[in-house]
Amino acid sequence: MPEIRVDGMAVNAAEGVTVAIALLSAGRNRFRTSLSGEPRAPLCGMGVCMECRVTVDGQPHALACQVVVREGMEVAT
Amino acid sequence: MIVVVGAGPAGIAAALAANECGRAVTVIDENPAPGGQIWRGDADQRWVVRFRNSGIPLLAGARVVWGDPVSRTLLLELPDGARQIEYETLVIATGSRERFLPFPGWTLPGVFGAGGLQALAKSGLPVQGKNIIVAGTGPLLLAVAAYLRGKGANIRLIAEQTPAASLWPFGWNLAKRPAKSLQGLRLAWDLAGVPYVPASWVVSANGEGRLQSVVLNRRGTVVTEECDYLAIGFGLQPSTELATLLVGPDTLVAATGDAELALLEGRAAGYRAAGNVPKAAAMDPDLRRARAFADELDKTFALRDELRHLADADTIVCRCEDVPLGRLEGKDSFRDAKLHTRCGMGPCQGRICGPALNFLFGWPDTSQRPPILPARIGTLLAEDQGLRE
Repeated sequence: MPEIRVDGMAVNAAEGVTVAIALLSAGRNRFRTSLSGEPRAPLCGMGVCMECRVTVDGQPHALACQVVVREGMEVAT
Repeated sequence: MIVVVGAGPAGIAAALAANECGRAVTVIDENPAPGGQIWRGDADQRWVVRFRNSGIPLLAGARVVWGDPVSRTLLLELPDGARQIEYETLVIATGSRERFLPFPGWTLPGVFGAGGLQALAKSGLPVQGKNIIVAGTGPLLLAVAAYLRGKGANIRLIAEQTPAASLWPFGWNLAKRPAKSLQGLRLAWDLAGVPYVPASWVVSANGEGRLQSVVLNRRGTVVTEECDYLAIGFGLQPSTELATLLVGPDTLVAATGDAELALLEGRAAGYRAAGNVPKAAAMDPDLRRARAFADELDKTFALRDELRHLADADTIVCRCEDVPLGRLEGKDSFRDAKLHTRCGMGPCQGRICGPALNFLFGWPDTSQRPPILPARIGTLLAEDQGLRE
């Protein structure tokens, strides 16, 4: 089970899942904050809506629904 | 070389057909594994297995952001960089995505596309014990509900906007297609005990910071149902961005529909790409039959007028730029809305609000300009250098 860090907190993810699955499984509902301050989470689940974008290892705008978790990955929402 | 964009049913069928004709093929897909949305996470699906065993190279995790039909080049963005790829013939099998319609609360976490929630569940999202409402239109709702139920979810109800009077004739026609009726019976079995309510739709989604309940118009009666997730789908929308950008004599487009139609479309496109016209033409009767079924589906599950009036002035229409419906008042086109409100100008480039606005106001979808997806500056520079060489 790879361990990733989400906003500095340790989260255990199942092997081979995407960042979106790891965050949702851990009960995280805010992947990004919209322009007017709303929490947003994945909508389309398939790389179209861009609502799940997070920063992965310093790379902004990564789509959580398409990036697979790796041991030690740093995710910022 | 033949390049196929998309490794779903159509892309896989196209690649296998071209490969069968002895041509070199490469497939590009933005997901980590082949199978598209419908066979996502299903490594044992027989077409996915056939594709894997064929040895056809797959560039996974690669998004096509730009292309040039004159030099026949595609620009790809990968997690760790950019890459250009040249093609002699291109098969575009980019499939479709879900159509969304705005209603109050649809931006809450916990509201997913129906196919989207299924895709997430297929990728490993646990749904065991979750209370889920499935709403919208079309047979996809049934497939999604059955799948989620199979994973232990508690499906509270399926709200189908189509009235029963339209569903019956469709069901009757289905009986003439043995394979489809079998699928239907299988779904009915899997969903035994789950209320399937025609002439019903979501009025609003509610909750603090995440979805907690859904208000439904249930055959004319307004009811509130508590739930953890809402899975909504108002039909499918073909993803035509790349096809629009790269229209040309060396580009073939495999249309989309259900998996059966997509497989046929893809195979025919693959034969054509390989120059084997007789083999492609021999598929015409099968294609006609499958397309007729797709047309029947579209007619049966046409969206009802009431759905045009779900959003109020404060309901966000463009989720990227947080543009509420009220700000679109008096605008006469998508372009007008873009210029004055930034509606449709965020990272999804109008992929979500475009089809909704087309339904709400009859505005034709926006023109296509590259890059067709948000891309890193480094990716665009890589293309610049490529063009200078």
